Amino acid sequence: MQAIAQALDITIHNLSVNYSNARLALYNASCVIEAGTITALVGPNGGGKSTLFKSIMGFLQPSQGRIHIGSLSVQTAQKRQLMAYVPQSDEVDWNFPVSVFDVVMMGRYGYMNLLRMPRPKDRRLAMESLERVGMADFRHRQIGELSGGQRKRAFLARALAQEGKVILLDEPFTGVDVKTEKRIIDLLMQLRNEGHTILVSTHDLASISTFCDRTVLLNRTILASGSLEKTFTEENLAMTFGGLPVMSLHHLFHPSKVSEVDA
Amino acid sequence: MNEFITGLFLWDVRDWLVEPLQFGFMVRALWVSAFVGLVCAVLSCYITLKGWSLMGDAVSHAVVPGVVVAYAIGIPFAVGAFIFGFGATVAIGYIKSKTRLKEDAVIGVVFTGFFAFGIVLITKIPSNIDLFHILFGNVLGISNSDIVQTLIAGTTTLVAMLLFRKDLLLFCFDPNHAKAIGLNTQLMYYMLLSLLALTIVTALQTAGIILVIAMLVTPGATAYLLSDRFDHMLGLSVLVSVSSCVLGTYFSYHLDVSTGGSIVVLLTLIFTITMIFAPKYGILAQSLKNIPEPVLDEAQNQDYIS
Repeated sequence: MQAIAQALDITIHNLSVNYSNARLALYNASCVIEAGTITALVGPNGGGKSTLFKSIMGFLQPSQGRIHIGSLSVQTAQKRQLMAYVPQSDEVDWNFPVSVFDVVMMGRYGYMNLLRMPRPKDRRLAMESLERVGMADFRHRQIGELSGGQRKRAFLARALAQEGKVILLDEPFTGVDVKTEKRIIDLLMQLRNEGHTILVSTHDLASISTFCDRTVLLNRTILASGSLEKTFTEENLAMTFGGLPVMSLHHLFHPSKVSEVDA
Repeated sequence: MNEFITGLFLWDVRDWLVEPLQFGFMVRALWVSAFVGLVCAVLSCYITLKGWSLMGDAVSHAVVPGVVVAYAIGIPFAVGAFIFGFGATVAIGYIKSKTRLKEDAVIGVVFTGFFAFGIVLITKIPSNIDLFHILFGNVLGISNSDIVQTLIAGTTTLVAMLLFRKDLLLFCFDPNHAKAIGLNTQLMYYMLLSLLALTIVTALQTAGIILVIAMLVTPGATAYLLSDRFDHMLGLSVLVSVSSCVLGTYFSYHLDVSTGGSIVVLLTLIFTITMIFAPKYGILAQSLKNIPEPVLDEAQNQDYIS
């Protein structure tokens, strides 16, 4: 149980994943996601970000390599409720007949008995999680009745209710307004300070430097990983997005020339 | 024809309901079909939400050779039907994972293959199986041993669905989260498939393999248009299904038409009315909703700012 008390790192060792048509989605990827940090996963579309996420969560079977959460296998870590996942919006069926509270309660299923009967503690934690993301008033809404930002916060509340030490967020800022983005970022920074390990995949290069400690650059394999200062450089990004037109990449590193709105 | 029309208008509702009950076969048919309606209604909520209607179609056709083989070697028909129905789903899963084919193609190939094999067996193996009864059901002539098998298969399904209600719902809604909290999603996949096969076995005698698909899809689809909560959906689905089954059996007696057929016609009728008039998700409500849309947006924004 001691492992649970402290922050957990994610070790990815020589990971390769094939698509079903035998094409490589990811090859020989190795890196360490340091414990107690916010790490951004950056790379072009189709560069394997989702594949890496799904491999870390055990949704995909890698053809080669190992992933460890602390010293545990992914499966063991999941059984101990150590890993929470906030899905991309388009992975969720928003017409599904469940309320926000039902969804958050699903974060507690792993702690409940076989019949999934919630105890007072489960209800309390679900409510606390909803309050923390500011969604308590919306708890009786059907999930499709929420705005983009509210939807994200609902699923973030589920991750909080699960009390996972490792939290993966897949594109948490798509379809979210600036105010909600700031709110989510604040929450992620609080969670990091409480000892969570957070991995965020994002398109939004501009916001990375405001809240991430480390970056992992990914295009078919892991090109670079490390602290923000060392890895999140114009040169590395140009390599990662190699040849692809990176919107305002230059602006990102020479902000004096561009208005803030653009970022 | 004249007699039929006057009969239709002049009958006394009480007589209409009570008269058939003097016959043992009608009493049996009524409660068996109500029971089958209940089992199908519960499962149909999961099938609709999971998007497995086509899978239901596949399993129901695939049970045919199982029924024939069971009669031929003298084991209960439910056992043979379950083995072949479940076997077809395993075959579908295996072929899908090993080839580049899309799921619908695999399902199409496998279930028609099983079904054709069943037809060949029926015409080759001498038995007293009536193909028409397998295809369209025969609840009015259901035997006691068939009732026992229906009850066992149906009760097993109901108990399993009651126990694993929340896990199965989570599996339908978000299998990734189910996996992330350490649940065995592979097991749940096969559990839901075997419950599907068991339900089809339950409904085989009442509705037949073709109409059972309607009983597996329509109640859940109707309830889905009426509800935003799973529990409500479940209740409505049961209500729609059981009442259609009971009334359909009555209609089949009074109008002398196929029982399975009249049950499904009723189900479809209720679905059609729901589809048009459902208060929130009906076609009428949806087309009316398009007008005040901007107002709704504004309200949401206000929510947000406060």
